[in-house]
Amino acid sequence: MEREPVAAVSRRDLLSLIGTVAGSAAMYQAMTSLGFAAESGYKGPIKLDGDPKGATVLILGAGLAGMTAALELRNAGYKVRVIEFNSRPGGRNWTLRGGDTFTELGGHRQTCEFEQGHYLNPGPWRIPYHHRGVLDYCRRLNVALEPFVQLNHNALLHASNAFGGKPQRIREIKADFQGHVSELLAKATQQDRLDEAVSKQDQEILLEALRNWGALDANHAYKTNLISASVRGHAKGPGGGLGAAPVPGDPIDLSEILRSRLWRYLQNFALLDFQTTMFQPVGGMDAIGKAFARELGEIIRYDAKVTRIQQDGAGVTVTYTDASKPDAIRQEKADWCVCTIPLSILSQLEVDVGTPMKAAIDAVPYIASVKIGLQFKRRFWEEDEAIYGGISYTDLPIGQIGYPNSGFNRSGRGVLLGAYLIGLPSTYEFTALAPSERIARAVEFGSQIHPQYRAEFENGVAVAWNRMPFTLGCAGYWTEAARARHYDNLCQIDGRIALAGEHASHIPAWQEGAVLSALDAVTRLHQRVIKS
Amino acid sequence: MRLMLWVRSAAALAVGAALLLATPASDAQSDPGAQAGVVFSPALRFTEQGGESLYRNVCSACHMMDGRGASGAGTFPSLAGNSKLQAAGYPLYVVTNGLHGMPPLGAFMSDEQVAAVVNYVRTHFGNSYQDAVTAEDAKAARP
Repeated sequence: MEREPVAAVSRRDLLSLIGTVAGSAAMYQAMTSLGFAAESGYKGPIKLDGDPKGATVLILGAGLAGMTAALELRNAGYKVRVIEFNSRPGGRNWTLRGGDTFTELGGHRQTCEFEQGHYLNPGPWRIPYHHRGVLDYCRRLNVALEPFVQLNHNALLHASNAFGGKPQRIREIKADFQGHVSELLAKATQQDRLDEAVSKQDQEILLEALRNWGALDANHAYKTNLISASVRGHAKGPGGGLGAAPVPGDPIDLSEILRSRLWRYLQNFALLDFQTTMFQPVGGMDAIGKAFARELGEIIRYDAKVTRIQQDGAGVTVTYTDASKPDAIRQEKADWCVCTIPLSILSQLEVDVGTPMKAAIDAVPYIASVKIGLQFKRRFWEEDEAIYGGISYTDLPIGQIGYPNSGFNRSGRGVLLGAYLIGLPSTYEFTALAPSERIARAVEFGSQIHPQYRAEFENGVAVAWNRMPFTLGCAGYWTEAARARHYDNLCQIDGRIALAGEHASHIPAWQEGAVLSALDAVTRLHQRVIKS
Repeated sequence: MRLMLWVRSAAALAVGAALLLATPASDAQSDPGAQAGVVFSPALRFTEQGGESLYRNVCSACHMMDGRGASGAGTFPSLAGNSKLQAAGYPLYVVTNGLHGMPPLGAFMSDEQVAAVVNYVRTHFGNSYQDAVTAEDAKAARP
């Protein structure tokens, strides 16, 4: 595809660009000082005071929302039962390891062949530091955490039609972009072009700051020298003994960086959701789901497919079938119901709720996503390229390559996330392929970034979320218009039924959304029970 | 406009808005016809042309290659011998507006592509409706 010729970038263009980049950080600081943005809304463990007098609650779904609701309601004195479609807890909180098998819609069955100790988190894989609800449950349930590396300066940015297809180091793009922009701003300042915007007194400080921020030299130039090298890295690093002096590398031209558009990926590290420190449970994300399930014990019934949800003045009746005896219709009754079934599925069930909630259930499409885990004979990204954890981004259909954030510097095999597609047209195209073909394509595309793929690849596993029988998609997608019209109706308790899940939150597709929506739903449900 | 909003927010959910703005990739990565007709659209539009290519690369992700859909906790409806396809307006509406969990995939398609895939579905999988829809019909069906 021929790229449109790029006109010389004007100072004005650059300033507005900086505004975009710096704006989010400035906004974040302003909001934090007011007490917003820094927290997810989690207020600490909820207190459900008052005696529910033996009231019963049936919870549909043993994902994080359902199990949060179950845990809190049980602790408050309710008689709780949970019905789950899968034969395991967690829902989208899921980890695949060697020996695990699963069958997707359409019948393709995969067996994960990873070596023991390696895994793929096909669903959620990282926890922001401000997702205090998830973090608190991890603490209370003794789920050990370790850092998830979002920004690795030595990982790669790749545009197929820039730099001859050669991936660039994040640190070089970041340092050079920042350096060039600083130099331009310094020039504008020195030419008195910023007089209207910045006072004379502040201009001196601004120049000093730009020199510092952009690794400029004493003349406010961004050049090949040891100052820029101290940020972007060296052509030849400093060593010991003779001939060990460092040699700086040449910065990439501003024009090349601008046209490559690689600068856009830098925002992935600035966004609040991806700011360090991020976490992952040691050994796999499913440690959270398993810990909840351990705590809840026998109250979860697995392999149960809900087919109908009825309610009247006296209670709720849920009809379901057991996977082992699909012809036998079973029913479970309770005073109340917390339903966490994804809307992609709930919208197809017979549910006794009023028109507003039903319209809300029907109004939320589910986005597609594909994640592919690949096992290699050795951790070549560490051994050959010094990439320890983090993520490389590419405009190839695989989207990104996520390196393992544990087991650093070991010899032997390694598993990385070889593709993470979400929402874009190519996500459907990847989903449409047989799993073996998805994996083959991920290896093919990935080898454009890491040529070692070809020799070192061993096996892979590909999860296309639209084909997961328990979700039929990745996560609920709310347009602003749909949210304005339907969101409150989705979250209101309808008679004896309350809904919860990431789809009933303003933090869609994150576990924190599931947890917070469950806490809010059970709090309101409890108030209703105590009053009745 | 609507398309951009939809896509931008969809991707922002988990990968950050920045990724979504990424440069369109080169032709090298989309290889129409080269390997079993597999296509990877590089940006925000499906690049498949023709109903069959659109169906095989996009729709079959959920409705499967044989058009029979699949069932788990919920169902991707079968398009085979599906009487709802009798009225062309129905599949036109679903493709352009979405239905329940199904996103409005027509947002990633031109009017011609929407018409082509609707016509393909209505003349395959045991369906043989002869009243083909046009790009104008597709345009009129958009929200």
